[in-house]
Amino acid sequence: MSDKVKVTIDGITVEVAPGTTILNAARQIGGDIVPPAMCYYSKLQGSGGKCRTCIVKVSKGSEKDPRPMPKLVASCRTTVMDGMEVLNITSPEVIEARNGVVEILLINHPLDCPVCDQAGECDLQNLGYEHGLQKTRYEFERRTFERIDIGDKIQLHMNRCILCYRCVFTADQITNKRVHGILNRGDHSEISTYIHTAIDNDFSGNVIDVCPVGALTDKTFRFKNRVWFTKPIDAHRDCPTCSGKVTLWYKGEDVLRVTARKDIYGEVEEFICNTCRFDKKKTSDWVIEHPTHISDASVISSNHYETLKPLPVIQNNPVLQEANRKELEKTVKF
Amino acid sequence: MARKLLLEHINVPGINTFDVYREKGGYRAVEKALKTLSPDEVVEEVKKSGLRGRGGAGFPTGMKWSFLAKPEGVPRYLVCNADESEPGTFKDRFLMTHIPHALIEGMIVSSYALGANTSYIYVRGEMMPQIRILERAIAEAKSAGFLGQNILGTGYNLELYVQPGGGAYICGEETALLESLEGKRGNPRIKPPFPAIAGLYGCPTVVNNVESIAATVPIINDGGEEYAKIGIGRSTGTKLISASGNLVRPGVYEIELGLSVEEFIYSDEYCGGIANGKRLKATVAGGSSVPILPANLTLKLASGEPRLMSYESLSEGGFATGTMLGSGGFIAFDEDQCIVRNTWNFARFYHHESCGQCSPCREGTGWMEKVLHRIEYGHGKMSDIDLLVDVSRKIEGNTICPLGDAAAWPVASAIRHFRDEFEWHVKEPVKCLDTNYGLANYAEPIAKAEVTTGN
Repeated sequence: MSDKVKVTIDGITVEVAPGTTILNAARQIGGDIVPPAMCYYSKLQGSGGKCRTCIVKVSKGSEKDPRPMPKLVASCRTTVMDGMEVLNITSPEVIEARNGVVEILLINHPLDCPVCDQAGECDLQNLGYEHGLQKTRYEFERRTFERIDIGDKIQLHMNRCILCYRCVFTADQITNKRVHGILNRGDHSEISTYIHTAIDNDFSGNVIDVCPVGALTDKTFRFKNRVWFTKPIDAHRDCPTCSGKVTLWYKGEDVLRVTARKDIYGEVEEFICNTCRFDKKKTSDWVIEHPTHISDASVISSNHYETLKPLPVIQNNPVLQEANRKELEKTVKF
Repeated sequence: MARKLLLEHINVPGINTFDVYREKGGYRAVEKALKTLSPDEVVEEVKKSGLRGRGGAGFPTGMKWSFLAKPEGVPRYLVCNADESEPGTFKDRFLMTHIPHALIEGMIVSSYALGANTSYIYVRGEMMPQIRILERAIAEAKSAGFLGQNILGTGYNLELYVQPGGGAYICGEETALLESLEGKRGNPRIKPPFPAIAGLYGCPTVVNNVESIAATVPIINDGGEEYAKIGIGRSTGTKLISASGNLVRPGVYEIELGLSVEEFIYSDEYCGGIANGKRLKATVAGGSSVPILPANLTLKLASGEPRLMSYESLSEGGFATGTMLGSGGFIAFDEDQCIVRNTWNFARFYHHESCGQCSPCREGTGWMEKVLHRIEYGHGKMSDIDLLVDVSRKIEGNTICPLGDAAAWPVASAIRHFRDEFEWHVKEPVKCLDTNYGLANYAEPIAKAEVTTGN
């Protein structure tokens, strides 16, 4: 066990591999003590450290050097030391600072959730519910940008962007040549392509999935439906370019949207190609697996009525009906 | 006259040329270091001198050098930070314009100490004349055999390059500077790793201010111990101060650390007092990012003792009654200056210069600027003052690089010490547009000073 380090987060001790970040150590514990992360994305190298929502207090640096760290640190980019003690939700200082960060993230956000496609699965919305103020203290005009189309399937709505850089890292990681990035400086910064060239890549659609807010949206799904009226089903197909493992979002018998499968932190498990995402929108294109488990805390799971009356694609398959019943039990039990 | 080390020969005609500089004893330090000292001995001398970084943070230079990782087969770099852009600071530009060879000589000595064979001087883009001056100086030094291959026959090679920046304040932050030098967007990196481990192109790198590097020349010439005798306590040596504002003689002064602030402002050797016979209202002692202090706290500590120009004395009393030496940008305000307007101006600068990478600084600096603008122009509310304090607290300490702190401190300190002036702006929305609040009690003795408890 000598190659493991011990870290205590909010009084819960866990042993993790050296080099693990505080955030990932907290995720190994799970539950409420996991700091929220808007810009960190475990699948993207180099991401994190920018949004500052995951800040925590290190009350004891390590066994060797027990001094506390002088400032709050970004848990997504700070590695654990043996004997480190971290305070997250048990420290009023952290809660206050995090509330401040959330307020600051929201001052220039348009708060147009009623017309935003991301509403219901938006990290910023969740964060705002948990940490936001009832009322804004910002009394000035908000920053606005023109909407631009980057590629024929993706629309960039820069007003909503929180500059997490995730889409930039995605392009860095899965393409050889990134064609979009950050222009300008300070609060004029914007994600953009160079003189409005389109992002043309088989995997460009993944920027929609990694976007924590509604800044990058799927044009094939825009304004089709609210996400909580659609029901997610895991499915796969034999795709020559990607793993083909996706989530289909049904409304009645129609597939409205295809996304990559996401884990409990909203991070995609595997990146999928644009063919799967934008072009395969028929049930016959896919092999249906089972209903996707949606967290009870999510607004998407609040809509039980369709689970009681399973989706048409599930009704004629006994195995899927069984899976559906299990999912239903989980929610009803809660 | 106090001792001058860096600006000793500043008035010699032609000191910006190699020949005159050499005649006045220039490049002795290179000869001494390269021929008689080992790199480690040079580092040791700098450590003994107690030289502290002159760029603002005041971190001991020798210690910074000793942290440099030295893995086999990996090049090491020295980068000189000449991206001087802080409002109120102009000492590096002065040094580079008038004695460029002092910097070149310091670069050679420092590069030798660190084992760097390629070194860069990253100069702010607006300083085009200085870039030309430095390039000419490098060419002169090279033709005299002090740069290039096999310097002075010692077998040590050094190439020195001048790299113009784009003119961004953020690129004065060391990791943003390295990003910019690599040709990327000047966003500060998330630390750790520190540049001493992985800096320029992932190699161990030391980034030092122009003045710190130039200061290695007298340290090597006279010895570290001799240098440490100048100054007071842990603030050793001399420091260039860029004095500006309502002074009789603003300009760049070389002072021995430990000089009293009162003497610096009022003596004829230095600034010569406040211009036009007015009285001092406030000072910013170390460049725009350090807390502003009212006149009484500038001249005297909270305990009533005189305040000195040194790292320790200026920061005596923490942020409640103290400030910082910073980069030595000394700005004096007379009784007719409006603190609210000045604070707004600083906030505007930080809003403009924020890189936009991390959210508290990107959004918070703009917010503070807008609120301050509103107060300055008579549209403020009483609650705005507390709002500003709250926003500055939310920025401070929560950002990747110190720019967030630098933006928050001037606002927080102005409200801490000059709250009545902010309140007056809110209460007198019309009058404040064409009248100044005046001196109030800011220059009265400390006994009546508004700040007594640590907060």
